[in-house]
Amino acid sequence: MTEQRATPQGLGTDGMLIASFLGLGVIYWLFILARAADPLITFHAYVFILAFILGLFGLVIRATNPPSDGRGAYAMDVVKAGVFASVFWGIAGFLVGVVIAFQLAFPEIFYFENAPWTNFGRLRPLHTSAVIFAFGGNVLIATSFYVVQRTCRARLAGGLAPWFVFWGYNLFIVIAATGYLIGVTQSREYAEPEWYADLWLTLVWVAYLFVFLGTIWKRKEPHIYVANWFYLSFIVTVAMLHIVNNLAMPISLANSKSYSLFAGVQDALTQWWYAHNAVGFFLTTGFLAIMYYFIPKRAERPVFSYRLSIVHFWSLIFIYIWAGPHHLHYTALPEWAQTLGMTFSIMLWMPSWGGMINGLMTLSGAWDKLRTDPVLRMMVASVAFYGMSTFEGPVMSIRAVNALSHYTDWTIGHVHSGALGWVGYISFGALYCLVPWLWKRKRLYSNAMVEWHFWISTIGIVLYITSMWVSGITQGLMWRAYNEFGFLQHSFVETVQAMHPYYAIRAFGGTLFLIGALIMAYNLWRTARGDIRAAEPQPQPQPQPLAASVPAL
Amino acid sequence: MLNRHEFFEKHGIFLTIGILIAVSIGGIVEIAPLFYLESTIEKVDGVRPYSPLELAGRNIYVREGCYTCHSQQVRPLRDEVERYGHYSLAAESMYDHPFQWGSKRTGPDLARLGGKYSDEWHRQHMQDPRSLVPESVMPPYAFLSRRALDYRSIEGALKANRAVGVPYTDEMIEYAVRDLEAQVDPFSANYDALLARYPKAQIRNFDGDARQITEMDALIAYLQVLGVMVDFEEYQAEENYR
Repeated sequence: MTEQRATPQGLGTDGMLIASFLGLGVIYWLFILARAADPLITFHAYVFILAFILGLFGLVIRATNPPSDGRGAYAMDVVKAGVFASVFWGIAGFLVGVVIAFQLAFPEIFYFENAPWTNFGRLRPLHTSAVIFAFGGNVLIATSFYVVQRTCRARLAGGLAPWFVFWGYNLFIVIAATGYLIGVTQSREYAEPEWYADLWLTLVWVAYLFVFLGTIWKRKEPHIYVANWFYLSFIVTVAMLHIVNNLAMPISLANSKSYSLFAGVQDALTQWWYAHNAVGFFLTTGFLAIMYYFIPKRAERPVFSYRLSIVHFWSLIFIYIWAGPHHLHYTALPEWAQTLGMTFSIMLWMPSWGGMINGLMTLSGAWDKLRTDPVLRMMVASVAFYGMSTFEGPVMSIRAVNALSHYTDWTIGHVHSGALGWVGYISFGALYCLVPWLWKRKRLYSNAMVEWHFWISTIGIVLYITSMWVSGITQGLMWRAYNEFGFLQHSFVETVQAMHPYYAIRAFGGTLFLIGALIMAYNLWRTARGDIRAAEPQPQPQPQPLAASVPAL
Repeated sequence: MLNRHEFFEKHGIFLTIGILIAVSIGGIVEIAPLFYLESTIEKVDGVRPYSPLELAGRNIYVREGCYTCHSQQVRPLRDEVERYGHYSLAAESMYDHPFQWGSKRTGPDLARLGGKYSDEWHRQHMQDPRSLVPESVMPPYAFLSRRALDYRSIEGALKANRAVGVPYTDEMIEYAVRDLEAQVDPFSANYDALLARYPKAQIRNFDGDARQITEMDALIAYLQVLGVMVDFEEYQAEENYR
């Protein structure tokens, strides 16, 4: 490495920059604290100050104790931290999901009339943000930092900047999550955090873009590997979506509340342009990048088609952006916009399946590994779920289908077949690959536990999505049912009552998925410690050369 | 063509620019026209900015995440129009920063809730939803009746709304606190002035507790104004077909 550092003991320019930035941050939040009349932003000012002071302490410790991976070919400590954060937030997010699923099935069991933070309305954004941004985001940051280094054969750029990205992003998660509980929200789905959290995330994201691009610029490989195209499109597009959708006017710098720049119909389309592409670029292209690195590595086969990866990459990112209006069928959004959204949503089926085919066919010549390698099987199942939900999505975007499915649980089921099946499984697969690689272990603690994880959570997913199909279609049909006299057949609350068994099944399915993740967490923990489960075959020692092991006769 | 792609694979900055161009087009084509096509928002009478109390109630609606289970958008489908009322117009949410159209109906649509139930029904329903609707899965909001409304920043809230395009006048901003207090007091000296600034505003004590202005007052005031601003007896749908 040719990077200049002041001294081995010092912080270097990168560390000094981050330190002065954190120092300025403390001063800014003290200033806000002095002026705030709003208890909510006061609380978050304390959180920011505490986090920045902890960051400064961390820098001091760093300056006096250089880390083990300080100057190696690759910076892997930050990836390890990302693996920890991913597993922690994953379990937290799944747990909140299970809690709110039980709330809907049994509204009396988690009932605290004087604790607003236990209500569904505040916990639901906590669940969605925890699984998408905390779990998914940490998986994406960790894997992107790993993949970009290995495929560029270059150490992460920016010295300490990757650590700033990691901790800064997780600070954003803490601000967002605590905000929902105390009642700080913009009510924009998947973009609920208020203006100051959004500004903080923008800073962190710019640093992320520069670390990623900087590493690509340092690369020793002539070509940028396909996974990095996908990561780059995820980082760039999420920046654009985040900034435009969160344009807002705060009441004052010392007030947590803001009002969005746009109103009504324009605001609705901006929000769903954002939200659909949070699916498209956070939950799709980011995780396709994982697919493009981890499946070929694990299967030990090259990517099926280079040509297909080019065609489906550009068509996917171009078409996805148009699909947002299908969330607003039959609303006050002008019909031409709805029709455009529907048309592009149906076209989106093809590039999506291009990705699926490229992932699945990468196994050509290695299909037998599905029998022997449960981690690879999990990733292949993930791609299959991706194919299924990217077929279901275009179907639901057709206006006539949407008239039935919209506002019902069918949407929730559709989202979860993508989220649990595709995003969840490809992430679990990547984590099962990463932990032995990062901690330099020969194998996982237990392959049998991966089998248990796979089957328990697959049953959980199947229960989840089938119960939501049934409840969604049932409710949609009940809403529009007429009796023989031409009156509406059902009152609204009758349709709520009819949902009860499906909500109970869904909560059970979600619990199975959570149990699977807990098994994974234990397995990964033991793997990192270097244990191998006694009942399972030990890794074979390398065969000795015959001459050395067989006594000469 | 594949050879040309090598250019992107070897230049990170051009790959980034290429991605930015590819992902910008759709949004520009779909969203930008909504700001200048005059047919986007119907011409109707009656839609006015929220009164300070209604706006404070709306802030609570947002804070509690009501949008996660309730939509505010009646679609022009026979069953919805019969169940909820006239389909929603774009004009009805033109001062909504942010919009509250929602995406899920775990509970019913609320776009035309105003005037359907009494204040007392709402108070009791939020106190304990299943005391009125036994099959309901809604969580309780009893704390709203006990919590005094914090309206220290209501003037700033109106100003911020004006900054993003809501036509609040200087007078409305100047009287924001007094208007908020007047709306829960039918005997207020400010009664007529409030009605002049916010036509058809409903002025009464919404939660039945005259000792203090609670969050319940504000939320019910907001719920009671949902969908009642436009007089559909006089609305000419044909003139706004687009």
